[in-house]
Amino acid sequence: MAEVILSAQGVKKHYPIKTGILRRTTGWVKAVDGVSFDLHKGETLGIVGESGCGKSTLGRVLMRLEEPTEGKVLFGGEDFSNASGSSLRKLRRNIQIVFQDPYTSLNPRKTVGDIIGEPLDIHPDVVPKQGRRARVQELLDLVGLNPEHINRYPHQFSGGQRQRIGIARGIALNPQVLICDEPVSALDVSVQAQVVNLMEELQNELGLAYVFIAHDLSVVRHISDRVGVMYLGKMAELGEETEVYEHPTHPYTQALLSAVPVPDPTLRGKREQIVLVGDVPSPANPPEGCRFHTRCWKAQDKCSVEEPVLQMRPDGVGEHESACHYAEPLNVVHAEPDEEQHHYAEREDDSDTLIPQTTWRDDSPFEEPYDQKDFEPGAGGPHGGV
Amino acid sequence: MTDTTTAPTTTEMGYQPVDGRLLEVEDLFVEFSTDDGVAKAINGVSFELDQGESLAILGESGSGKSVTAQAIMGILDMPPASIPSGHIRYCGQDLLTMPEEQRRKTRGPEIAMIFQDALSSLNPVFPVGWQIAEMFRQHRGMNKSDALEQAVRLMERVSIPGARQRVKAYPHQFSGGMRQRIMIAMAIALDPAVLIADEPTTALDVTVQAQIMALLQELQEERKMGLILITHDLGVVADVADRAVVMYAGRLVEKSDVFDLYGNPAHPYTEGLIDSIPRLDQKGGTLNAIGGLPPNLMRIPPGCPFNPRCRRAQDRCRTEVPELREVAPGRFSACHFAEEVLNG
Repeated sequence: MAEVILSAQGVKKHYPIKTGILRRTTGWVKAVDGVSFDLHKGETLGIVGESGCGKSTLGRVLMRLEEPTEGKVLFGGEDFSNASGSSLRKLRRNIQIVFQDPYTSLNPRKTVGDIIGEPLDIHPDVVPKQGRRARVQELLDLVGLNPEHINRYPHQFSGGQRQRIGIARGIALNPQVLICDEPVSALDVSVQAQVVNLMEELQNELGLAYVFIAHDLSVVRHISDRVGVMYLGKMAELGEETEVYEHPTHPYTQALLSAVPVPDPTLRGKREQIVLVGDVPSPANPPEGCRFHTRCWKAQDKCSVEEPVLQMRPDGVGEHESACHYAEPLNVVHAEPDEEQHHYAEREDDSDTLIPQTTWRDDSPFEEPYDQKDFEPGAGGPHGGV
Repeated sequence: MTDTTTAPTTTEMGYQPVDGRLLEVEDLFVEFSTDDGVAKAINGVSFELDQGESLAILGESGSGKSVTAQAIMGILDMPPASIPSGHIRYCGQDLLTMPEEQRRKTRGPEIAMIFQDALSSLNPVFPVGWQIAEMFRQHRGMNKSDALEQAVRLMERVSIPGARQRVKAYPHQFSGGMRQRIMIAMAIALDPAVLIADEPTTALDVTVQAQIMALLQELQEERKMGLILITHDLGVVADVADRAVVMYAGRLVEKSDVFDLYGNPAHPYTEGLIDSIPRLDQKGGTLNAIGGLPPNLMRIPPGCPFNPRCRRAQDRCRTEVPELREVAPGRFSACHFAEEVLNG
């Protein structure tokens, strides 16, 4: 694997809650609460999670738009969590960001040329002054916009085109890392594909590494080499894209993936459906132990006491990192083959455990014994229990 | 699927669906006059909805899907909007020519709507229970305490935990998913025959979206409602709809059963949409994006509105507007070359 370019080590970002007229700090919102990962040269790391899980805050900390409360962020092996002034500016040349909303992230009073050229003015050593206009036009061309539109204003462009302007600004300084915070969420389906393709082309041409933050799991799978799943400020699961999507081992990942509809009506009702109950707890007062235990159908006593570590756990074909005491793989993305379709019913006797029940075909005798594999670990699932 | 055997024969206000048909939209046009000119939001849209059926209206922003819903509900701001021609028949009666007083009485008991943004659709200064109860007081003339009791029952029906305690809570005290449940409770309060859901889950997280869609399907099944689901999400449509219409620049480009629509699209735009989205169950290579942008509604290109972006476009497409026509049994497409699209 290529060398590590950006590394987060135990990053925490807590925001104070201030109340009363004295604005005393009465608590902390733990937006990001101990996240570690490595980003390699030229790769795309997808960060997914629902609103409030801390993924955007993490992006801002990586970029040093926010100072981490605790932990370190290393760029090329150098810690810059406390960098300021010229060393911070030097760093920002190598880490740039693209924001979600192409309407509010571009200054409406500046021309496209000024917007894309601004990073070049801040870092005058990158391109000599007389070459800047040409560089901006080159960038416009690179992101698929007409270089003659350099004097236009943002309102003269559509949403997709504005996002291209945001990307052009992001790559103006030839950074090594581009942090993309929901870069395609605000775009229509047909335009979203254009921007995703552009980002992939740019990565191939320029060797950029992306931290791709998004809530759309399908887009993240498409663009990412590795994926991290966040829940309440922590990483629940982290691994190669195929491993996380095909063999997720954390119950939260499984629930999240199972909830994403697939655009194929023939799969209707054939995929595992895990419906989570309740809402995400407040990050100001996250549950003890495993943060997901309040909504988890597999939770045991241990889960509410002992916090699971994000570590390598077997996923059926190999292993990847997962933060669950009872990590085991479950197919939630694909339809289950017919003969393996289970229904889970509560047993009528005193036991309150869930047992799998094969679907009875009309011709199958009622006494047909359960297949042994139904009882093996991994065959169990959350039906009916949540 | 359509199930007329168990569906009620007479609706709340005494309307009678003919052969299970609830709603017929026929050749509808809607325009908005703006300072810059007239925006033609809907340009001849026709479709129908039966009892117990789920119909999806699929389209991107500006395709006219929400305007269609607002026209059916009769909540378009007129002016700037105007309806130059067309019919919207509810159980055979044209809503557009109905006296306003009569039409007002259809909103709620007959046709109800759920909006995308629950926070801005609920009144922030009244408790949610009061807002749900208002439906019963306004339309049924119920007294305050009876209406509130009904509100509690509805909140329980849409699975709001601790409904009785939370009936006096305000919208801001609920999460996004719970607010959407309250919206649904209000919409189904008077047992409407038609429920229009305009992007009901777009603002929600994916796990909450799954909960809300499950609830909507359950309620539809229970009450045999006709559901119009407006969305841009091809995944949601594939999961819940029986039939779908695809809109582009204020026109229907395709109308079909969802299985056929996804399995073998009959319009290049539908084909392009399906090809351009990444899928959860496949890594996939480069996305087949549709080039270009949707047209400006004030300057819709002559001929087929999709022609500038269509890879199959010929000279004919630039001059002649394709009619929505039946290209295979039960399948309608507005493309001159629909047969070629169908055959791959």
